[in-house]
Amino acid sequence: MFDKNEVARERGVAELKAPGAVSKTLNAAWVRPVLFLLFIVVAWDLTIRLFRIPPYQIPAPGDVLVVLWTDWPELLRQAWPTTYATICGFLLSAVFGIPVAMLIAGSKTVESYIYPLLVFSQSVPKIAIAPLFVVWFGFGIIPKVISAFLLGFFPVVVSAVQGFKSVDPDMVDLARAMQGSRFKVFCAVNLPHAMPAIFSGLKVSVTLAVVGAVVGEFVGSNSGIGYVLQRSIGTFDLPTMFAALVILALLGVVLFWIVDRIERFVIPWHVSQRDDFLFAA
Amino acid sequence: MSAATNPTGPNPSVAHLRVVSDRAAGAPGITLAGVSKTYRSRDGDVPSLRPLDFHIHAGEFFVVVGPSGCGKSTLLKMISGLLSPSTGEIFVEGEAVTKPHGNVGIVFQNSLLLPWRNILANVMLPIDMKGLPREKYLPRAKDLLKLVGLEGFEKKLPWQLSGGMQQRASICRALVHDPKIMLMDEPFGALDAMTRERMNVELMRIQRETGKTVLLITHSIPEAVFLADRVLVMTERPGSIAAIYDVPLPRPRSLDAMADPVFTELVQRIRKHFFTQSTLD
Ligand SMILES: Nc1ncnc2c1ncn2[C@@H]1O[C@H](COP(=O)(O)OP(=O)(O)O)[C@@H](O)[C@H]1O
Ligand SMILES: [Mg+2]
Repeated sequence: MFDKNEVARERGVAELKAPGAVSKTLNAAWVRPVLFLLFIVVAWDLTIRLFRIPPYQIPAPGDVLVVLWTDWPELLRQAWPTTYATICGFLLSAVFGIPVAMLIAGSKTVESYIYPLLVFSQSVPKIAIAPLFVVWFGFGIIPKVISAFLLGFFPVVVSAVQGFKSVDPDMVDLARAMQGSRFKVFCAVNLPHAMPAIFSGLKVSVTLAVVGAVVGEFVGSNSGIGYVLQRSIGTFDLPTMFAALVILALLGVVLFWIVDRIERFVIPWHVSQRDDFLFAA
Repeated sequence: MSAATNPTGPNPSVAHLRVVSDRAAGAPGITLAGVSKTYRSRDGDVPSLRPLDFHIHAGEFFVVVGPSGCGKSTLLKMISGLLSPSTGEIFVEGEAVTKPHGNVGIVFQNSLLLPWRNILANVMLPIDMKGLPREKYLPRAKDLLKLVGLEGFEKKLPWQLSGGMQQRASICRALVHDPKIMLMDEPFGALDAMTRERMNVELMRIQRETGKTVLLITHSIPEAVFLADRVLVMTERPGSIAAIYDVPLPRPRSLDAMADPVFTELVQRIRKHFFTQSTLD
């Protein structure tokens, strides 16, 4: 009476997918971007040689590598305050951004008051107001954290609002009809539903938080990668400057990767994670 | 053969209301007494349902057909307590409905399974929402899954199941807390024709075995006649009762019942209601 065929097919599908997915992720995830990066570096080197670009305009990749090799203890030491400020700013954007998004998505009134102002505030260039934080909070870590927070905040809110709002109202009705309290329904339906959107916001946010921290360091700091950048520009030390950029890029990639890992752990059920899920199951 | 009972007048007097109310208090099944609904929206009032009076007996399979937008889903939401009627009163199992009462199980057109819960956990959702003891209902959830032929799929995630299987799981979810009534809003509308017929047979068996009162909404007149003890035909928006037909086909019914002259004649008769108006959907 029941579709035994249907049953068999479902099982078959689940089993077929698994082995292919494993080799695919191993191949694609690491090898391809590294290959592409190598290609870019080679192209960069060739361009400099071919067009005889002087080293005070663009340094050769070799020179940058030399700086990275010889100065890495100093670079690493300077990377730490930047990382610290980035993470603090990022965590603040998550801690404030998600509840603000909940309020905006949950209430038309709150939305009408807050959302336009939030969008408006985004068009204020952060770099222009960053000196203000230095005036208020001095040369310490706080201006950097605030600057990182301000850049990271908006993408979290926008994505999370979209996530909370895209819940199927029928699904909420269904849970409410079972006499679920508002809080229970929110925890069982709305919040998990919004998680994928929240994470995509967090991923944008974490890379922007790096930018924010560096902006903070530009305007008033005597430590951090942003400070190294500014100092090396002042002395036309382009290899160091490029080395600092490489460090920043690495920082962004590592933080992004960490958020991505957490996402896989928190929402293994999501479409984007299905290959992994099958692999794990 | 099939008897059309008279639709009740559109404006029942207060006295008439009282009579129905008195009778409804304590009566099993569902009673509507002068129930109407007008949505208040910013662009003015949307009258959706004209006053309705009817009674659905306990254990009855009651099917509603009507054109799109005539207020069928509204009716279902009011019976589940999610919406309050603009006028009139609804009684479920003799109790006046004022808020979600949990004495219903709901099945929508989309199975609305939560993608992060496995099938068993999805079926258990009403238990979580009502805060009932999980251990007590877990065996029941498993029995229900067995009843619909989903044994062995407890640990699968929804996307790993076909559309028909997902809808069966959502039927289990509607029954797990053992409500007296099952409300189904175009439950098979998203399924292909063959799966749909099979699900119809399936649903009749489930209804017979569980003895639930079923209120089912559909766009398909043959489906309505095949399933129902009685079919309520609604007019265009604002919806009111055009007619209520008894379906004198014996039970248990197989798909062969669709070849019965009683069946075809009744389908034809109901279809006539919509020739004069627009089409169904
Ligand atoms: N929340 C709402 N606000 C205003 N009008 C609504 C709302 N929900 C439904 N309606 C209107 O009420 C009518 C009946 O809707 P519905 O019950 O969903 O119809 P059906 O399920 O029969 O297609 C429709 O014309 C629809 O536009
Ligand atoms: Mg509807």
